Amino acid sequence: MATTEVERRRGQLAALSIAAVVIIVGVPLWWRTTETYRAWLPFSQIRDLSKLQLHLSADVEVVFARGTLTPEQQKRVPLTQTQDEEHAVDESTVLRYTHEIKYRTATIMEEDALSKPTAAEADLSLHMLSESPCGSSVVYVIPEVSLLLPENVKVYIGQRRTAILRMDAEMRAGKTVEQLLGVLKPQIKQVLRVMSFSHTDITAALSDRVRFNPGSKESMTHSMRAFTSSPGYEITFSLLNPDPKSHRLHWNIEGAVQTYIQPFLTKLSPLANFSMDSQMLHYAMLGVNPRYDNDRGAYILHADSLAHVINPVEARLGSNAASSNPVLNFLLYVPDAQHSPLYIRDHKKMEVPSNAFHSPRWGGIMVYNVKNLYGPEAEFPVNIDINMAEVMGVFLTQLRLLVGMQSSPPPPGFSVAPCGSVGLADWELDRLMWSRSVENIATATTTITSLAQLLDQIGNIVINDNIAQQVSSAVTSVQLAVAELEAGNLGFALQYSKEAILASEKAFFDPSLLHLLYFPDDQKFAIYIPLFLPMCVPILLSLLKIASEARQRYREKQAKKD
Amino acid sequence: MRKRSTTSEEKWQLTGDEQHAGVADDPRAGAETKQTAEERRWEETEVKESQQASDTEVLPLKSQAKEDFQEELVIRPLHSGDIYASFQFRTVWETDFMKGNKVSHYRLFPKSLGQVISKFSVRELHISFTQGYWRTMQWGQPFIPSPPGAELWVWFQDSVTDVDATWKELTNVLSGIFCASLNFIDSTNTLQPSASFKPLGIGNVTDHRFLRYATLPREIVCTENLTPWKKLLPCGSKAGLAVLLKSEKLFHSSFHSQSVHIRPVCQDWQCKSSSWELRQALNVVFDLHTSGQSKREWSLFKMFSRTLTEACPLASSSKIYIDITDNPQEEQFELSPATPLLSQAVVLGDRRTFSVYDLTQQVTFGTVRSLNLMIRWKSSEGDMLRPLLHAERYVAGYGLQTGEIHTLMYNNHPFRSFPVLLLDSVPWYLRLYIHTLKVVSKGKDNNPSYIHYQPSKDRERPHLLEMLLQLPPHSVTEVTVQFERALLKWTEYTPDPNHGFYVGSSVISSLVPSTVAMDINITMEQPLFSSFFPCKEESSYFVRVYTEPLLVNLPTPDFSMPYNVICLTCTVVAVGYGSLYNLLTRSFQIEEPNPGLAKRLANIIRRMRGVPPL
Repeated sequence: MATTEVERRRGQLAALSIAAVVIIVGVPLWWRTTETYRAWLPFSQIRDLSKLQLHLSADVEVVFARGTLTPEQQKRVPLTQTQDEEHAVDESTVLRYTHEIKYRTATIMEEDALSKPTAAEADLSLHMLSESPCGSSVVYVIPEVSLLLPENVKVYIGQRRTAILRMDAEMRAGKTVEQLLGVLKPQIKQVLRVMSFSHTDITAALSDRVRFNPGSKESMTHSMRAFTSSPGYEITFSLLNPDPKSHRLHWNIEGAVQTYIQPFLTKLSPLANFSMDSQMLHYAMLGVNPRYDNDRGAYILHADSLAHVINPVEARLGSNAASSNPVLNFLLYVPDAQHSPLYIRDHKKMEVPSNAFHSPRWGGIMVYNVKNLYGPEAEFPVNIDINMAEVMGVFLTQLRLLVGMQSSPPPPGFSVAPCGSVGLADWELDRLMWSRSVENIATATTTITSLAQLLDQIGNIVINDNIAQQVSSAVTSVQLAVAELEAGNLGFALQYSKEAILASEKAFFDPSLLHLLYFPDDQKFAIYIPLFLPMCVPILLSLLKIASEARQRYREKQAKKD
Repeated sequence: MRKRSTTSEEKWQLTGDEQHAGVADDPRAGAETKQTAEERRWEETEVKESQQASDTEVLPLKSQAKEDFQEELVIRPLHSGDIYASFQFRTVWETDFMKGNKVSHYRLFPKSLGQVISKFSVRELHISFTQGYWRTMQWGQPFIPSPPGAELWVWFQDSVTDVDATWKELTNVLSGIFCASLNFIDSTNTLQPSASFKPLGIGNVTDHRFLRYATLPREIVCTENLTPWKKLLPCGSKAGLAVLLKSEKLFHSSFHSQSVHIRPVCQDWQCKSSSWELRQALNVVFDLHTSGQSKREWSLFKMFSRTLTEACPLASSSKIYIDITDNPQEEQFELSPATPLLSQAVVLGDRRTFSVYDLTQQVTFGTVRSLNLMIRWKSSEGDMLRPLLHAERYVAGYGLQTGEIHTLMYNNHPFRSFPVLLLDSVPWYLRLYIHTLKVVSKGKDNNPSYIHYQPSKDRERPHLLEMLLQLPPHSVTEVTVQFERALLKWTEYTPDPNHGFYVGSSVISSLVPSTVAMDINITMEQPLFSSFFPCKEESSYFVRVYTEPLLVNLPTPDFSMPYNVICLTCTVVAVGYGSLYNLLTRSFQIEEPNPGLAKRLANIIRRMRGVPPL
């Protein structure tokens, strides 16, 4: 009897020790060898990013010219004032705008400049005097009697970052500085709404982050028209010649691009890298057949059918083999001899004077009629030189819209200087930089937060060190960009926001994230079960047996005690 | 990834009409995008007068680079009764990619290829896609030879620092342009031949560090490769000879090959400045017997289901050549409509006579305004001159362990011997025993005068064997080498491993003695088909012959094996472990032996009877 008892005890001990080995050595070993590598991510900082508080601030100088302030007022002009506005866009995004307004009187040099005969000259010489930094603006207040501005113009907005504001009777009436400033302030605000960031712009830039109810269709059309922010763009000009048998077209695209487009792009270079190329496509047809209009004696293309125009053409345009940046297409379509002249009519059945249309985030098409350039007895093929000035004017306008320049008409009483050969005023560039910085920050934060969410939800994804590094650098760049925006350093803010977006996209689209994503659990178990089931069942059973025996013995002991 | 789809969905909805705005939470983002894309909002462009900037002068024209486009079709009736049609399209652009100036304005030259050349600093690019094998013995030499499958060879400019990385990127881009699986080109099938592939354009580069050569013998060529190829033509397939290129007919043929060749060429005979030449060639051999026509008759319409009505208006020359050398008195076939134009050209060491149809002349199309060339055979007699050089290759041996590759090269010249360069590339999984390499001609050992052998590295690079051999007159030279088949990892097998593994064609390049004096004057106006390979001397011409690709079986495992192995080993482990466990944990004690079956039955009966059990 004693030997069997010893045997039983030995068996129990053996079972216990095997179970112990399995639990202490086997389970950790299995755990360690099947673990996926997940580098540390700054989750807490990412969570902070999901609550975005953007603080945009800009410096504004208000300069009073001679004759606008009485000496009494001059003494009491405050040095600085700040204008604050706060908007909660949604529960997790708050916008704050600050305009730091500095008041001073004009220097002698500025007085000289302001006494120039025309506003444009004054603008130029004021610019020569001092160059205001990126993002800031200067408003010159000139007396009512000044002849600088025409009769009906109250505010002149120059090509740089300056505006000239004429005092009116209402301001004159104000005796104290406070009264004067009280009248002046709304006007300055109006000027700033044109020249500096505006709430509609900024909220449109946030569209990647904030979901709007499609209420205001107009503002949405604008924000949807422009290309989203990208580190580079490819601009392709294509000349479509569906009828090379009758028209032999020549376009001096090289020279035209150098003259019209390049200055504009050079100015935009802080925003993104642009590269241009051009091609000629022969036998490229539009997707719709234009209808002949007897009254007009011409072929008509209706606005409704324009959506179908580009699809067959697009197949021929080809993608850019050398880069993956978004492509802006500008097509110049010369209708064939049988189908010309060709005119485009808008939704109101009116002919479009420019004969050009553009499609949001895609590019533009211009129809160039050549029918009147040769007589009926001309010998085919006709050599035709295309007037590039006309074409490029249209393409430049389309390019401005596609890049995101606002085209809303200025408020009444405002006169905006023509943008000259460059095609872009400094303040327009500033506005674009504001909204692009905000857009980049918004996109980068959504990318990072959704990546973090994804990684959090799916435990199978391997997070390599380089991804963790990209994520952290994106987070730091976003924080830096937000800080620079708050400090009013627009250039740096844009730079950091670009870095943020690059790093976040790189992390998000890294192929290493996908490696183990589709390794389903049922397959794992199909492989484990043949090994684990036969091994674990005896261990479990003997453990249960030991436990029940121990309980029984305990009960017996209790019974004995009683 | 969810994030991406929702944003794009959102954007499209907002551009689209309001009816789509309600489906903001619909997960079918893709479908929505498609639908709303149709409804892209088009807006008219208002141009402010002030922005027209019409006062500024456009920069004057910088003496725009001249571009020239030529198209050509050669038709050669073959002795086997087949028809060989060879299209060539050539664009010459007098510009310089090499000096580093950025070229970005394209007219006739396709933009996609131009961008590739300037981005990857390519000096020369040759790419071909071939379906079927060119039968040299029956058909003679093709104008532009190509191996079955895809072939790509590129010379880079010496400014390229990391050639391998550039090559990798280039193959990926080309794979996108031509819709082909060129992205499967990696270091395991890329070669750097030392002598076989010299640049065909100008420039004496000999440093083969800048050369990369790869073939994909498995590649299947079809419509999806033809469409992008046609897109590179200035007239597309809308006008000129390219209207004949209908894929349903072209791929219903014995042999189909399309290629793109880009190289720098001389602008004039002094060769002071270079220009870029893009040659697109398409060779096709139609089989008349299988197409079910008992009459031996051939016409453009029957072959291509199209007739010609015009030349490409952008082409400076557009011609059809019909080889009538073997038919001087129309005794073999009859050609209609007849043409008064005849032309002679020296091509592949032979002076050939051609009937020429010039499509730029209205006369060619006659009164019906359409050209439908027709050939009617009268007799099937006449024999072909055997090609001076041709080659064969096969695998010998049995079993799945070792084998032997035989390459046979035929010199059919009655009295002249000539040298050939043999290039052999063998994948790493066939391990060549280079000591078994034997070259025998006419029963005697033939010692190669130059051997360049690069052994393979497993999963890194293939074997490369280049030899310069002298082929004696009227002889067969046999090169044999033994190999061993390697075992692959189970992920390295192709999707259908029992089909076998392809080994690319051997390439034999040679200067074959010519029977007539070759033209070495490159500036003379020549038909395109005779000017592809540059000719340096009068007495010989350059020929490149490709052998058949090999199909080799490798030992193939059963692919459900891993799971079976897991199950089996687990069961074995479990059984072993179970018995060990039992031994360790069970306690053994003597039990009362069970009463026998008879006794138990007896007991049951006894219990029923009420008698005490036994």
